[in-house]
Amino acid sequence: MQAMMEKRALELLENGTVDRVLGWSAGEFPYDMTPAVFETAEELKNNFVYNDFCGANLSKYLVKESRKGGKILVFLKPCDTYSFNQLIAEHRVLRENVYVIGIECYGKADVDKLKAMGIEGITGIRTENGEYTVMTVYGDKTVKAYEAMADRCLSCKSKKHVVYDELIGEEGEVIEDCDRFDMVKKLEAMTPDERFAFWRNELSRCIRCNACRNVCPACTCEQCVFDNPNSGISQKAAVTSFEENMFHIIRAFHVAGRCTDCGECSRVCPQNIPLHLLNRKFIKDMNEFYGDYQAGEDPEKKPPLGTYTLGDREA
Amino acid sequence: MQRIGVFICHCGTNIAGTVDVKAVAEALSHEQGVVFSTDYQYMCSESGQQLMREAIREHKLTGIVVGSCSPRMHEATFRKAAAAEGLNSYMVEIANLREHVSWIHKDMKEATEKAIILGRAAIAKVHLNAPLQAGESPVTKRALVIGGGIAGIQTALDIAEAGFEVDIVEKSPTIGGKMAQLDKTFPTLDCAACILTPKMVDAAQNEKITIYAYSEIEAVKGYVGNFKAQIRRKARYVDETKCTGCGLCTEKCPQKKVPNEFNMGMDTRRAIYIPFAQAVPKVATIDATYCTMLKTGKCGVCSKICGTGAIDYTQKDEIIEREYGAIVAATGFNPIDAKVYGEYGYGTCPDVVTSLELERLMNAAGPTNGTLLRPSDKAHPHKIVFVQCVGSRCTETDERGKPYCSKICCMYTAKHAMLIREKYPDTEVYVFYIDVRTPGKNFDEFYRRAVEQYGVHYIKGMVGKVTQNGTQLRVQASDLLAGEQLHIDADLVVLATAIEPDKTARSIGTMLTASMDTNDFFTEAHPKLRPVESPTAGIFLSGVCQGPKDIPETVSQASACAAKVIGVLAKDKLTCNPCVASSDEMLCNGCSSCEKVCPYGAITYSDKEFRGPNRTTLIRRVASVNPAVCQGCGACTVACPSGAMDLKGFTNKQIMAEVDAICK
Amino acid sequence: MQVNGYTPKIVAFCCNWCSYAGADGAGSARLSYPENVKIIRVPCSCRVNPMFILRAFQRGADGVIIAGCHPGDCHYTSGNYFTRRRMALLFSMLDYLGIERERTRVEWISAAEGAKFSKTMNEFCDTVAALGENKRLEDLRCKQ
Repeated sequence: MQAMMEKRALELLENGTVDRVLGWSAGEFPYDMTPAVFETAEELKNNFVYNDFCGANLSKYLVKESRKGGKILVFLKPCDTYSFNQLIAEHRVLRENVYVIGIECYGKADVDKLKAMGIEGITGIRTENGEYTVMTVYGDKTVKAYEAMADRCLSCKSKKHVVYDELIGEEGEVIEDCDRFDMVKKLEAMTPDERFAFWRNELSRCIRCNACRNVCPACTCEQCVFDNPNSGISQKAAVTSFEENMFHIIRAFHVAGRCTDCGECSRVCPQNIPLHLLNRKFIKDMNEFYGDYQAGEDPEKKPPLGTYTLGDREA
Repeated sequence: MQRIGVFICHCGTNIAGTVDVKAVAEALSHEQGVVFSTDYQYMCSESGQQLMREAIREHKLTGIVVGSCSPRMHEATFRKAAAAEGLNSYMVEIANLREHVSWIHKDMKEATEKAIILGRAAIAKVHLNAPLQAGESPVTKRALVIGGGIAGIQTALDIAEAGFEVDIVEKSPTIGGKMAQLDKTFPTLDCAACILTPKMVDAAQNEKITIYAYSEIEAVKGYVGNFKAQIRRKARYVDETKCTGCGLCTEKCPQKKVPNEFNMGMDTRRAIYIPFAQAVPKVATIDATYCTMLKTGKCGVCSKICGTGAIDYTQKDEIIEREYGAIVAATGFNPIDAKVYGEYGYGTCPDVVTSLELERLMNAAGPTNGTLLRPSDKAHPHKIVFVQCVGSRCTETDERGKPYCSKICCMYTAKHAMLIREKYPDTEVYVFYIDVRTPGKNFDEFYRRAVEQYGVHYIKGMVGKVTQNGTQLRVQASDLLAGEQLHIDADLVVLATAIEPDKTARSIGTMLTASMDTNDFFTEAHPKLRPVESPTAGIFLSGVCQGPKDIPETVSQASACAAKVIGVLAKDKLTCNPCVASSDEMLCNGCSSCEKVCPYGAITYSDKEFRGPNRTTLIRRVASVNPAVCQGCGACTVACPSGAMDLKGFTNKQIMAEVDAICK
Repeated sequence: MQVNGYTPKIVAFCCNWCSYAGADGAGSARLSYPENVKIIRVPCSCRVNPMFILRAFQRGADGVIIAGCHPGDCHYTSGNYFTRRRMALLFSMLDYLGIERERTRVEWISAAEGAKFSKTMNEFCDTVAALGENKRLEDLRCKQ
């Protein structure tokens, strides 16, 4: 996969179709793949990486990158294409400046799960036939992919690319029977007291590092209300339990109907707060109240909070 | 820092009876920024206002809080008094101490405490008030009427009567609309053409009215008082200024086989045609889809025969731009396609017709010259079945039909039944109905005449199926009152098809940013109190485009609509509501969330240059609100995730300051 | 109104055209409701930002009610339809976080429904009083 992608990126770079390439390069650790922009063939050859540690959704970077002049190539996994489409619908990304290569994806590895299995000294990963072969300084270890796959990938909603200029690998299908709302349902079945206890336990760990906000492809505001002293609700570190709740409720509300459920917020949370469960609650409610809606699927479709019907259920 | 004056009104004993007004004035005098606080017997009185004005002068007040009756009562009074002293009207806030305190609470201690809290909330708000100026915008003194049916004609005539210029844009070659196709009108049975055509002529001859027939609206920009519309004048291939309407060409044109839409396709016309004898403007039009000359370049008969040289095969569509102060939608309706109801045999059995087709079959200028002959064999029908509510009043699960009542069918069916029985007494007439709805002046009397005097058989029940049975039609139906199934062998079946808004209405609605309901009828600004206005300022509604109506109702609505238009055009300048939304360009993401929820289309986007880091220039898409169009609901402020959109007079900070003061 | 030694605080956001007028109507007809209810006038129920509701809870409100024109009667034609959707979602979310559903309410009250206004506020006060103090969304710094 990496070779094919690199080859195609080089071609497009050299024939002048694109001026830059947005992909991944190795970060601090060999499993810590970081979004990176490559401007030359040289850089691409030396640093471009793609494997199943490349979980990051690159679409958000295009808000800035698509406005820098010239055309940029981006690699998008199926779930990332939804975010990309949503950003197009919101006029945040200039479509004409982006060349999208859709890449197949069968789920990304969760390095924490691998570590929990006792795998240490990780240097790389290979995927074949539903198995991860993890390269370590102590030799290769092979595990079943589903055992070490990120939770968000286990409940993947779609393997289909909703937008692309060309495709590398196979096109998949929308997964109709994914179980992504199971945990939301479980919480809904609890008593309010239990739910309160659950969320207190989770949200009280929030250190307001803003990682969720910074990675979220729906959080692209020029200036966040929480950073704007004139908004009347600006906060820095949450001081009380109210502020912890406030930040996450308002954030979830602001992305309601725009969140594509890419799961980046939970992936990057250093405190492992299941933030996606807030967004999924809104998604589930919107589906149930106003009919199925998948943000990013069809940029022409009206979002649930941008429209109404006369017979909507009462609040 | 504001210098705030607080004035607590006794309202006689209305407030003072339950609220310790002196204690309230005392307590509020200690609030931050309050430099003057007093109570007075009647603040709204001349001397009360004088007291306020003196205090403004003496204490150099910059903000006013009046603790009095509801702001819905005297806010305007106090604003005016403040303005008279040079203070901006919008620096006045009211604490509602009467309707919301003294009148509902009995305990003086509790009421006084609440009054103090409401006073504090008002003070907290005034601290954040900013002077607001109502903007003004000029008015172009010309109206556009889209649609030249009876609704459009009546609206245009009334506007012109008041001395303003009006343009009628009609997509077909002549004005007149559906009414021109009707034979007689209920409940008076006078002929439609006899009452319509004089109005058409009036419109044509009125020097204030310009008729753009065979034209369509291409684009509309602007806002109340200042619209710009592009009108596409479709090529007629006939010079309107030269054509005298003599009709010679329409007799000599060799292409004879064009379905005649005026007669619902029941006969044919030529490729060059005048829709009907009284058409306005009375000029010929070449139908490009059928004209041999335009298709193959070989013919030219009309050109040779025309005495005035009006034929011009090279004519092209022309787009003109005109400015308007107000726009009227009068786009009208069409019957639904009865073919979707296959069970009634329409489209497969030639003798199943719609009511509008029957109008033409009974009209002297129709395909049968007014003799009722059935389409299949041109024989006199002796047994006729009318089916009511075809596609009207359908349940939500029926996707073929409409949920609403089409309103006119009961009455025109009674009319048809009566006219047929009058002219052909040997004909038996059956009407199958769900309910007969006849509210309206002389309507029920009319219907009863059909039943009692003319012996029309009204049967409560629905028709299940119509099938061809030899030369006759077998109608299977149920009689709900007798509780039996009926089979009638009829010669003619007439379907009272539902009416729906014209297909062009949706796109025109979008151009006008006028909201529409799920059935594509235009939405009125208020269903009861503002029925002829669209929520979008400057857009008015005339006729069936707003909802099903008969002719008398259409005409009265058309005139009401004209009155509203005149109200706009009579002004030299429009004063805007200053409490409108505004967008902070520095914060705007350009995401269009606000635009989606704006009922008025007040928000537009443009790409603007901003200073970026390191002396670069960034181009960003940002929203701006047209204050002349915005009505100040605030829907956009909540849709905006970045907080760029705020509402003047009710800003986020003001409302939160009130919340804080109340919850303290 | 005091219940078990505490005075419930209730913030009512009322739209200017229907519900605020309805509250005026309740006053004119002398239809009482507890003084715990304090009304904030907004042009339309759709002006109510979730921030305001959270802010009220932060500052110690025990219940928040939003009152607007009946669906179909909105002065701005569509504002209350958006309110309905936004609040259905927000209140469901608050409930999901364990904040009692009964503390929040949306009610459609027309200018003619003074009686309904009074009845609604009486009911809502009783409901909120029965729940006791809002502890789950309070901000301790504001409780001094």
